[in-house]
Amino acid sequence: MTVGYEPWDKARGAEIIAEHAGLEGATLVILHALQEAFGYVPEPAIPIVAEALNLSRAEVHGVFTFYHDFRKQPAGRHVLKLCRAEACQAAGGDRLAARAEARLGVSLGNTTADERVTLEPIYCLGLCATAPSAMLDGRLIGRLDEARIDALVAEAQR
Amino acid sequence: MTMRVYVPRDAAAVAVGADDVALAFAQAAAARGAAIEIIRNGSRGLCWLEPMVELSTAQGRIAFGPVTPADVPSLLDAMAGNGQHALRLGGTDEIPWLKRQTRLTFVRCGVVDPRSVDDYRAHGGYKGLERALTLSSDQILADVTTSGLRGRGGAGFPTGIKWKTVAQACADRKYIVCNADEGDSGTFADRMIMEGDPFVVIEGMTIAGITVGATKGYIYIRSEYPHAVEAMNAAIIAARRAGFLGKRIGGTKHEFDLEVRVGAGAYVCGEETSLLESLEGRRGIVRAKPPLPAHKGLFGRPSVINNVLSFAAIPFILDNGAKAYADFGMGRSRGTMPIQLAGNIRYGGLFETAFGVTLGELVDEIGGGTFTGREVRAVQVGGPLGAYFPRALFDTPFDYEAFAARDGLIGHGGIVVFDDTVDMVKQARFAMEFCAVESCGKCTPCRIGSTRGVETINKIINGERVAENLAVIEDLCNTMKFGSLCALGGFTPYPVMSALKHFREDFGGDLGPALARLQAAE
Repeated sequence: MTVGYEPWDKARGAEIIAEHAGLEGATLVILHALQEAFGYVPEPAIPIVAEALNLSRAEVHGVFTFYHDFRKQPAGRHVLKLCRAEACQAAGGDRLAARAEARLGVSLGNTTADERVTLEPIYCLGLCATAPSAMLDGRLIGRLDEARIDALVAEAQR
Repeated sequence: MTMRVYVPRDAAAVAVGADDVALAFAQAAAARGAAIEIIRNGSRGLCWLEPMVELSTAQGRIAFGPVTPADVPSLLDAMAGNGQHALRLGGTDEIPWLKRQTRLTFVRCGVVDPRSVDDYRAHGGYKGLERALTLSSDQILADVTTSGLRGRGGAGFPTGIKWKTVAQACADRKYIVCNADEGDSGTFADRMIMEGDPFVVIEGMTIAGITVGATKGYIYIRSEYPHAVEAMNAAIIAARRAGFLGKRIGGTKHEFDLEVRVGAGAYVCGEETSLLESLEGRRGIVRAKPPLPAHKGLFGRPSVINNVLSFAAIPFILDNGAKAYADFGMGRSRGTMPIQLAGNIRYGGLFETAFGVTLGELVDEIGGGTFTGREVRAVQVGGPLGAYFPRALFDTPFDYEAFAARDGLIGHGGIVVFDDTVDMVKQARFAMEFCAVESCGKCTPCRIGSTRGVETINKIINGERVAENLAVIEDLCNTMKFGSLCALGGFTPYPVMSALKHFREDFGGDLGPALARLQAAE
């Protein structure tokens, strides 16, 4: 369970949803807010969102599953995202991604067995002139090399 | 006297330690009892020198870089003394890489404090809006049209015509939408301007609003850009406080306000109709056109939807006149383009210049070749949907039509450089993989074709019936190109086919028959 997030609570979820339900096209805003609070979008929240926005559950589920950002279960304690887009590939990102996978013992898109680290690909952080780049729990890191990726992995495992 | 030091807050600078450098300056100055004012500016765009710190002096700003926290004590000594230091780069404006540029859109980026309306105004900001407020809608449209500005997102549609269509539409509400879903790898100009000079985007959108009669605007920023989201939100609040957003803008009867919305990691939402769907709270499924967004856009209302850089070009045009902008450029590509040099490049960053500079000048002369020191083998221009060009095409001028004539596109102006270790068959496969991951699923050629493309290229990599499989790829690319609604499925063939055409040696096997067909098809 990622640190710093609240456990799912129906009343709290409903409160978050109600806070944004009046916006034009509120679905994404609400899903972001739920994920920010709970670390993922708990399944029981979907029907509450649907009800608040006068949509069907299927519609909300459809939106939730369309976007890569939204999680259906909590991530590991730390989330390490490695940019896998072309500019980072050109700067040696493939090798570094393979190194991170080997060190953590998981492939991109997975969480370590001890639930400490979720390793994910990301397609472009806009740091293409200081490539390769990564994001650890929201913190940006550019000009990655072997030493830096090892340090990041070690930090994420702590 | 208080020492004024600029330490960028730009994400690219932060990613290489700018926050630590800023903290080190504050701590070191406090320890010495020295008075220091640290301004977190945007980036000047010389990314290989980041974190690039500047000192304000009576003779202008002096740059130092790349700075680490360990350099800070000696830098403070130098700044308080004669200014000499091993990291000294000289007067910022005299750095040749910067001096060579023509900065119209990025003129204030890295110069001003991005949180301060006053600083923006002190550097010529809001003059465009002030002039626009004295003009009629038709007069503004005439300026935008004659400036020759074309959509900087990639499609290159004339901005003036788009605005005019919305201005002429009748509706109870209209919207201004800024596409800040800058998903193309190798591009970061939208991010930089939002972080470094957010008010120019706000001013451009406000001018669009008063021109077409819209009172509400949305900026759709991708979630991968948290720093840009923060900067835009702070700037919107500051602009509102200063009376440049909200009711009675600048004391006139005009009303316009803005809201930031954050994407959720879908590349296809950079496509305008998919973005509108997403803003409406739905899956980012591409819409068929017509109806054009200018007629039926956000929530079914007439909407101007432009890229960040298009809006950011507007204040200059209104302030200095259409001709001042149109005087730059070549052919039908008028004005300047903020070009982004990225990937394996020695001097990477943002280089704004008039259209017409050649690809070779950009990569070799300005970019200095690769940072690995190896030979440049391929460059991808225009993001994941752009073509790979070999050195043989380095004489292509940066111009919408010139790139199109060579089966490429300038897209959003990103150039990703690869050295000679690149395996082009893998790059072709990646283009298909990316399309498969990011396809919205509406068009079968894109949804299924991309997956078949990955499988087929894998067969080619394994040496299975290479010539036949290349024919399959060629056929798939044609189907995707002509059978997809938007540029994701429609342009994925560009990187694939260009890799095949220009780097055929990487594909193995006997390519004779397949290539002959390929060439005949063109």
